[in-house]
Amino acid sequence: MSTTTSTAPGVGRDDLARLAEHWAEPRSLRAWFTTVDHKKIGRRYLVTAAFFFVLAGLSALVMRTQLARPESGVVSPQEYNQIFTMHGTAMIFLFATPMLFGFGNFLVPLMIGSRDMAFPRLNAFGYWVFLFAGLFMWASLPFGAAPNNGWFAYAPLNQVQHNPGLHMDVYALGLLFLGISTTSGAINFIVTALKLRAPGMSLNRVPLFVWAIVATAFMVVFALPALNADNTMLFLDRRFGTHFFDPSGGGNVLLWQHLFWIFGHPDVYIIVLSALGIVSAVLPAFTRRGVVAYSLIVLSIVAIAIISFGVWVHHMFATGLPQLSYSFFSAASTVITIPSGIQIFAWLATMLLGRLVLRVPLLFVIGFIVTFVLGGLTGAMFAVTAFDQQVTDSYFVVAHFHYVLIGGAVFPMLAGIYYWLPKITGRMYHEGLGRWAFWLTFAGMHVTFFPMHLTGLFGMPRRVYTYRSEPGWDGWNLVSTVGSYLLALGLLLVLVGVVHALRRGRPAPADPWEGDSLEWSTASPPEPYNFPVIPRVHSLHPAWDARTAESTTTGATAERVLSDGRRTLFTSELDARTERAVDMPESSFKPLVLAGALLVFFTAMLLAAYPVAVVAALVVAATIAAWLWPPRRPDEELGVAS
Amino acid sequence: MTDPGGVVAAATGVTALTTEEPVGRPTGWWGMVLFVATEATLFACLLGSYFYLRFQFGPQWPPGGVDKPKLLLPLLMTAVLVPSSLPVVWAEHGIRRGRRGRLRAGLAATLVLGLTFLALLAVEYAEDLKHFTMTTDVYGSLFYLITGFHGLHVLVGLTMIGWLLTASLRGGSFGSHRHERVRNAAIYWHFVDAVWVAILFTIYLSPRL
Repeated sequence: MSTTTSTAPGVGRDDLARLAEHWAEPRSLRAWFTTVDHKKIGRRYLVTAAFFFVLAGLSALVMRTQLARPESGVVSPQEYNQIFTMHGTAMIFLFATPMLFGFGNFLVPLMIGSRDMAFPRLNAFGYWVFLFAGLFMWASLPFGAAPNNGWFAYAPLNQVQHNPGLHMDVYALGLLFLGISTTSGAINFIVTALKLRAPGMSLNRVPLFVWAIVATAFMVVFALPALNADNTMLFLDRRFGTHFFDPSGGGNVLLWQHLFWIFGHPDVYIIVLSALGIVSAVLPAFTRRGVVAYSLIVLSIVAIAIISFGVWVHHMFATGLPQLSYSFFSAASTVITIPSGIQIFAWLATMLLGRLVLRVPLLFVIGFIVTFVLGGLTGAMFAVTAFDQQVTDSYFVVAHFHYVLIGGAVFPMLAGIYYWLPKITGRMYHEGLGRWAFWLTFAGMHVTFFPMHLTGLFGMPRRVYTYRSEPGWDGWNLVSTVGSYLLALGLLLVLVGVVHALRRGRPAPADPWEGDSLEWSTASPPEPYNFPVIPRVHSLHPAWDARTAESTTTGATAERVLSDGRRTLFTSELDARTERAVDMPESSFKPLVLAGALLVFFTAMLLAAYPVAVVAALVVAATIAAWLWPPRRPDEELGVAS
Repeated sequence: MTDPGGVVAAATGVTALTTEEPVGRPTGWWGMVLFVATEATLFACLLGSYFYLRFQFGPQWPPGGVDKPKLLLPLLMTAVLVPSSLPVVWAEHGIRRGRRGRLRAGLAATLVLGLTFLALLAVEYAEDLKHFTMTTDVYGSLFYLITGFHGLHVLVGLTMIGWLLTASLRGGSFGSHRHERVRNAAIYWHFVDAVWVAILFTIYLSPRL
């Protein structure tokens, strides 16, 4: 039931021409640097995050090659430390969250029937900062100056007296820099979902994916400051001689861990929750029915977002904190499995009650459920303090969180890539290639990480660059390494599939899956203005609802076509009643300039060129001032009373 | 529609659809509230770190023979900063009624009070630095980090206020929905004030309890 643009009787050809004109981007290279289109920015997030994923994945292969045999010397201990730190740091900060932001950027405006994000220029700025911060961190690796203390960067090893050189300065500054992007993106998602929903999309009709992204964004708003505070103190400790984590000056090494995990545990759910949102978005199309228990899933999303702030000490059960705190955090860590379980059962019920269409996206969803449940079970084991103290810092932990993060985040993302590829690129993928990719990644994942449960239980500590053969770890390590190459091959096939689709894929119709949400009611790929008519939403599954199509054709009014400018609709926060039309910003160089000035600032801080940093900070302030400077319009009365 | 020439619509970038007046909270308001929420969490983390390190440290606080903080100057700073929220409110209400004079006067008053606060902070630092620095021990680190961070936020808020003042003097637009900018700067300024009260309690009063 696709709405092809030319057949909408409510919209005249001149309306379409004017929309195309208002939303057109400047031609040539200029558009590349100035675009504020959320679809282009979303695509860039996806491609850039995938690029960092490849770098981090190659780092993992180097590690597994080194660990394939005992006492091997593929890399030196110093190189190994940098590689495993960059692997973890990049996977968490430069891949997982930005990848989900990519999906969110492309999809949230389309799913809620808007023409762009609430702050399009801020959106472009967020992307440039992400790109620059990612390059900033990876660029340290060829110089041998990459972070080398694990992605959690525990004190006291992060202190300059134990860890000289630039390594941890790159970490602290890189993450502070990146945090600007994540925070601005999160605020943008929340405001977009609150104010820009199509008329009629009241809160109980918001797609589950959008709910997940908004919950995630709220978690970013309240969790990321802890990491920022932590890294600010770390940088001051290292560079300016403060004593926050330095016991010799009265500081406390555990403060680092507390702040890190106050951020870090919500961050796990920041990644997993929005990935779960992808699952909820993919399932209706391949089960031919809406996801069971919509309200319960929304409540469980909100519950997870809140409880996840109360579990951080379960990362610290071996640090000798008071027993009472163990009880509380052990209980919270057990309780959080309940809302997670609700979602799993809702999806299982959806599949049981629906009619399964076994295409590649659904395969990845099934692979996700199997893997994530296993990861969740070992997670529940960690909530038991006594067990945790036995296996903490062993490969059992490595196995657990790779089950959670590959099972719970990467598989849903892969499902999402196959599901939305037609919408994003306008091309269909090759089903056979996709199936091969699924089976190889699924098998590779389990062959790699299942044995780590065993090596962990046999006592192999994590983060070691090599081991002796006596404890009998070598056989299982070899299996893991073979698995990692299988996994890499599967992921390579995903990439091949995407390239194949772009080159040879047949053109995708507007709605190849009969999906239920609004993005399927517009062209593939969507026009720059997304929707010729802002749709009117009457149900939870607008694309399955004949009234939606009706509202964009016979019911199209001037107030929902908005063809006399680059405009979109504001609606009220709760019940999405039309409030007013608002002008959206044009493309601009300022986001790029601002992000560039910040890059100069952070680089100057890293290299201790403080005068340069001061100048860059002034350029930042001037750029923001110019960005916000009100345009003068000739017929404008100052202080018009409103 | 009482705006046949479309003047208001052109001036404000807002086309009235269902009513003549802009209805509902604008995106900028939500953006600023969320920004303030995340910044407030940052200060909560810093102040939380203060109490964590203090109670991990032991009974003697501040350590190393540093005196308990004196109260006169911080109370004076409070007396300057907290009332400075009032002229912002006054300016905001003024411009909603189209009174540019009140906007300018209110903003200018806030600017003066804010700069006075920063000057007093400099006096405070000049005195404190004779006794301890941020590298002396963890107390100094916390003291200068928290007050310095707040000072930086005052500076950012003053930049916003100064920007608005300049824009209004230069004849920049404050028609209709651009009042939003004044309101956003006001929200930020109130936040800076509120954080100061928390800092007053934590840094200056709590060691005396």
